[in-house]
Amino acid sequence: MESTTTKLMSGNEAIAWGAYDYGVKVAAAYPGTPSTEILENIARFDDVYAEWAPNEKVALEVAIGACLGGVRTLASMKHVGLNVAADPFFTASYIGVNGGLVIISADDPGMHSSQNEQDNRHYALAAKVPMLEPADSQEAYEFIGLALKISEQYDTPVLLRVTTRVSHSKGLVERTAKRIEHLREPGFVKNPPKYVMVPNFARQRHDYVEQRMVRLHELSETTPINRIEWGRREVGIVTSGVAYQYAREARPLASFLKLGLTHPLPENLIRDFAEGVKKVFVVEELDPYLEDQIKALGIPVLGKERFPICGELSPEIVKQGLSGKKRKKPGSPPNVPPRPPALCPGCPHSASFYTMKKLKLNVMGDIGCYTLSVAPPLETMDSTLCMGASIGMAHGLDKALGPNPESRSVAVLGDSTFLHSGISSLMNIAYNRGTSTTVILDNRTTAMTGFQEHAATGRTLQGVETPEVDFEALGKALGIDSVRTVDPYEMKDLEKALKEEVEAPHSSLIIARRDCLLLKRGERKTPKTVDPDKCVGCNLCLLTGCPALSQTPDGKAQIDSVVCNGCPICQQICKLDAISDLA
Amino acid sequence: MKAQDIFLAGVGGQGILLAGEILCIVFMEAGLDVKKSEVHGMAQRGGSVTSHVRCGRKVFSPLIPEGQADVLIGFEALEALRWVNFLKKDGVLLVNRQKINPTTVTSGRMEYPPRIYDVLKKRHPKTRIVDGLKLARKAGDVRTVNSVLVGAISGEVDLPEEMWKRAISQRIPEKFVDVNLHAFELGRGR
Repeated sequence: MESTTTKLMSGNEAIAWGAYDYGVKVAAAYPGTPSTEILENIARFDDVYAEWAPNEKVALEVAIGACLGGVRTLASMKHVGLNVAADPFFTASYIGVNGGLVIISADDPGMHSSQNEQDNRHYALAAKVPMLEPADSQEAYEFIGLALKISEQYDTPVLLRVTTRVSHSKGLVERTAKRIEHLREPGFVKNPPKYVMVPNFARQRHDYVEQRMVRLHELSETTPINRIEWGRREVGIVTSGVAYQYAREARPLASFLKLGLTHPLPENLIRDFAEGVKKVFVVEELDPYLEDQIKALGIPVLGKERFPICGELSPEIVKQGLSGKKRKKPGSPPNVPPRPPALCPGCPHSASFYTMKKLKLNVMGDIGCYTLSVAPPLETMDSTLCMGASIGMAHGLDKALGPNPESRSVAVLGDSTFLHSGISSLMNIAYNRGTSTTVILDNRTTAMTGFQEHAATGRTLQGVETPEVDFEALGKALGIDSVRTVDPYEMKDLEKALKEEVEAPHSSLIIARRDCLLLKRGERKTPKTVDPDKCVGCNLCLLTGCPALSQTPDGKAQIDSVVCNGCPICQQICKLDAISDLA
Repeated sequence: MKAQDIFLAGVGGQGILLAGEILCIVFMEAGLDVKKSEVHGMAQRGGSVTSHVRCGRKVFSPLIPEGQADVLIGFEALEALRWVNFLKKDGVLLVNRQKINPTTVTSGRMEYPPRIYDVLKKRHPKTRIVDGLKLARKAGDVRTVNSVLVGAISGEVDLPEEMWKRAISQRIPEKFVDVNLHAFELGRGR
């Protein structure tokens, strides 16, 4: 990567540059929108070791181990990833650090690409670790340096909380540091009372954590990233993160208390600010995190009665909340058909879901591209909870309902999701004599987040060749009774395998393996076409939801040859041989 | 140059993010503060994609407030209609003459709205239809539609043509630069 001084960077790129310039040596993550590009960018630096871990818990444990070796480290994840990593996170607060440790949580207000919009600022409060919230790319860059410094000075992990509009917005970043090397001499010094959290040692460390909170309170009062910007005194706005930008836009002349260190909060600074203005607003996205703590200080503020808890904020929502008046809309657009994301034309998952729908299975689903099969016309996925939940849920459902020929369930998840958190639940089925069927939709990549490598692709984040996890051998080793592999493009085989395994009174694993179409964009096959003389308009092929297929005005199927990727799915579904290669 | 808010809307895969990037480079070179916001991940699988590009002496919000964009460019007709709310009343509306059916339409559940261009023209007098595909074909590669559209936007912004061409040359792989510069010129020419 070149290193000019001022560059246009997304928040995620800025975090990567910050990590580089402020001396991070080891970084780990599991991909998840909107955090993915942090590690992808860090991986480009030759002198930083970066890896995709199978999940966020492992990523954080890798980072904690590395920091005990005295080097600066980082782990990044999306908001729900911190749930997975919560176990090491809470106790990392007790053991503290040696080299600096920053944990990045990228929250997704508005759920652009997530299953919930939890507000991870509560984690900082609960785990008693300091938290920084940058408001743009420049701050994202600088706050990494600050977070590492705080981490080392206060012997604590630091949570850096960003949101989609910080991670995925671009802005100008001026680099203020040249890469810092060897702040501490690397090496592991044994120190069981600090690192071995048996109750006796942990009690001492809990005392330390409470003392640390007192010292961090002092820091919060004096740090320049918690600052008052005096303007007119009628309205004072307490805010942090991207909400600050919206509020500055909405009320450029108001007074602002702009908070960069949002745990712990600067109580005296907040009091001084509130005393200096007539009315105090708290403008923050999602939960009343700042508001509740400020109200607990006995300071009256206006907050969530004016601004929504659900969804992301915008300049106009903030403006409306501050004024208290309903804003006149500049004329709503006419009703337009939605354009939801869809499975790609030729996606092997379409064949799998078409078949499951045909067999009327209850599909306990998971998180990935394949979650899109919930949309019409496939409408196949019956549950999506969190990464890896499909297998445990299918097992639970089967145990609850017993062998029921009317209601058969399968667990469906992708290869990367299976490696993330499906292995232990598959083991659970075998161990507890379950009879559930698990289907791994193995497309050899982490597709939804942009084709990241994982433990079964044969390559690491930094491009090193490595052994691939053998799903078939793994299934057998865990004790699954029947393990079989099918090509989802061979739809008869797929249907047979599914039918036999869900009916069989044993545990089974079906690996539906075919590369994601987007991995081999260059190899486009001959598109298909419909013979209108043979097509009777039964519309079975349309049930795949393929974006290339539509109906002609007289009700027959047609294929858009520009969109079609030439897969054999609709051709196999057609009972009248009406679909063939375009001449 | 005065502050500008430019809103780009289209369908995943049309090169909207790259076009937004080129706008940002140009504004940055002009000495302005720049911000751009967009969403990655699930939304990109053939879904509706937008990019907010803002420049000025100092830009705060990365999102353009509704009804404030100076220029709105629809890479696809339906997407122009969907996001037209973001354009200010006397703003310039550029619409690529291209129709991509969403799955809600291909599945036969909804209808692609008729006469979109007329509806838009009625709403915003400063509406211009750009024949992106035709001009890209003329430039020599149908994949240069986004450069045609960047050319069309450049005509609405008071900055020298050279700056735009430099940005394109900087951001696009070398072997495709010439064809994209040609596409840009065709889009810019009125």
